[in-house]
Amino acid sequence: MPALPGIGYSEEMNRIQRRLDVLALQEPAGEVWGTVEAARHRDRPQSLDYIEHIFTDFVELHGDRLSGDDPAIVGGLASVDDTPVVVIGQQKGRDFKERQARNFGMSGPDGYRKAQRLAVMAEKFKLPVVTLVDTPGAYPGAAAERKGQAAAIASTLRTFARLKVCTVAVIIGEGGSGGALALALCDRVYMLENSTYSVITPEGCAAILWRDVGQAGQAAEALKITAHDLLDLEVIDGVVLEPRRGAHKHHRAMARRVERQIKRGLEEVRELTPEARVRERRQKYLAMGRYSDSAVIS
Amino acid sequence: MTKYIGVNMSSSDSRAIRGGAEGQCVRCDTLLSEEDLLETLRVCPACNYHFPVPSPERISQLADEGSWREVGSDVRSVDPLHFFDTQSYADRLTDARSELGVTEAFTGGCCLLSGHPVALGVMDFRFLGGSMGSVVGERFSRLTVRACQDRLPLVIVTASGGARMQEGILSLMQMAKTVVALEQLADEGLPSITVLTDPTTGGVLASFSTLADIILAEPGALLCFAGPRVIEQTTREKLPPDFGSAEMNLESGQVDAIVHRHELKERIQRLLALLKGGEFSTNEPFQSDTEGLPRRGGSVGQAFERVKKFAGAPRDWLLGRDESDTEAP
Repeated sequence: MPALPGIGYSEEMNRIQRRLDVLALQEPAGEVWGTVEAARHRDRPQSLDYIEHIFTDFVELHGDRLSGDDPAIVGGLASVDDTPVVVIGQQKGRDFKERQARNFGMSGPDGYRKAQRLAVMAEKFKLPVVTLVDTPGAYPGAAAERKGQAAAIASTLRTFARLKVCTVAVIIGEGGSGGALALALCDRVYMLENSTYSVITPEGCAAILWRDVGQAGQAAEALKITAHDLLDLEVIDGVVLEPRRGAHKHHRAMARRVERQIKRGLEEVRELTPEARVRERRQKYLAMGRYSDSAVIS
Repeated sequence: MTKYIGVNMSSSDSRAIRGGAEGQCVRCDTLLSEEDLLETLRVCPACNYHFPVPSPERISQLADEGSWREVGSDVRSVDPLHFFDTQSYADRLTDARSELGVTEAFTGGCCLLSGHPVALGVMDFRFLGGSMGSVVGERFSRLTVRACQDRLPLVIVTASGGARMQEGILSLMQMAKTVVALEQLADEGLPSITVLTDPTTGGVLASFSTLADIILAEPGALLCFAGPRVIEQTTREKLPPDFGSAEMNLESGQVDAIVHRHELKERIQRLLALLKGGEFSTNEPFQSDTEGLPRRGGSVGQAFERVKKFAGAPRDWLLGRDESDTEAP
């Protein structure tokens, strides 16, 4: 892979990978942890695999038109059957070299602004937007902060809150915190059976609340991060079951299932007027959360 | 220190939590009594260090005397995940409430600010690190509904370590919820001003905080998405001592201005006066004291729809029956 613009992290990335390898040896066990491992599995199909199997005529479009092209987010025009769409996906990278080049799927402001720019183009040409979410989280780095990481995530959320076109998100692997949510404020949000979607990594949560990274397994249980948990909490709209033994064993079969789900989702929201789509999407997110209100007269 | 947790906090931020408790400035060691601090709005007179401000105090610093009407005060956390780490979330909430005398990390209300009617929201870092859970999101949204109903500008003073981990994914969704609520306000052509105070990090910075029309910051405030410790641990970068400071954020174009706490009210007042030249307000004197929501279990979503439906109608239509269950801070 040629050197990509905006990348100057290779030394850091080497260190991160070494650290990850060390951590991998200390991973805790448990049912939810099995899902965490599956969601992070190296052979799990990634955005570009789904794009290859589901979307025909994919034309990749690069750059945020401001300062760079973040390789952790890929996007472009493509079609599902005969419907042209804009597809935006987070790509962790398949082998070590690609993972390094793509910052392990951790996007910076360039990536979120690229996603925004593509979404705005979709709006202009009335094309549906399909997003594929797979990231450990937004990139934590001084350069990303200087370029407005927080503002880039926030304005991406705003862009998706404004879109009148149909939007469908699929969490295909790791849905890591704000970095994942930035691409998942959509009309329909689906999760693969062995994917996770969480406010913080189990390791991060364990380090803060238990003060012990070794408690990551327990944190994973407590955080309720599996697809079925999120369906119960009414945060997502559906779960895409994986073939027996997991998506990583059957890329094509998994892609067919994801394709069916994307089409179903697009059909559902296509029925609505553009105004109704925006209204319903906003109503959905305004209703998120659990609390009590003692003043309500029932 | 052990009780107040937050996402993405650096260990060096513990100074923010110690805020004046030891009778001494945490930066320059000047001796300060509680009375001194109240008088100086919790700014060290020797070194200008801005201490964190408890939410009731911040409200009295900004709201004209006697004008405060709280919105959404009945909304409370319910521990939706039955979260238990080394202690149960329910216990953490109970402890924080009884110890601090505030009910959540966010308090919203309507008030006059130097004579201007505003919807004012204030976060409290002492309450579980100012973390954003369902209640913070709901109170923020109700305040925004109220701003739309009464055509008020929204002013939010932030202080937060990020998401409320104990509410899991529901806390992450509050980022989306607050962004959507702020969009509703923007649709009504109403202005928003955020004041970012020490510290404002994680999901709170990456949602409504950075989407306001005008973003002010207090001097020295730590403002970052990922905290210094997370960055150093993940990337082994050596960070400069002023990493994430309000001053660095001004330099990199992320905030509009850094405003000393003693000048904050006056600066907001000036901005409001100028923005009013654009006639966003109906210029009706602020007098309503009803809750922002339709009662009988109405949601913020329905309330925003009513605002749209009855745009231009007399205010009474929106507010419904007068229910004056308000409380002063």
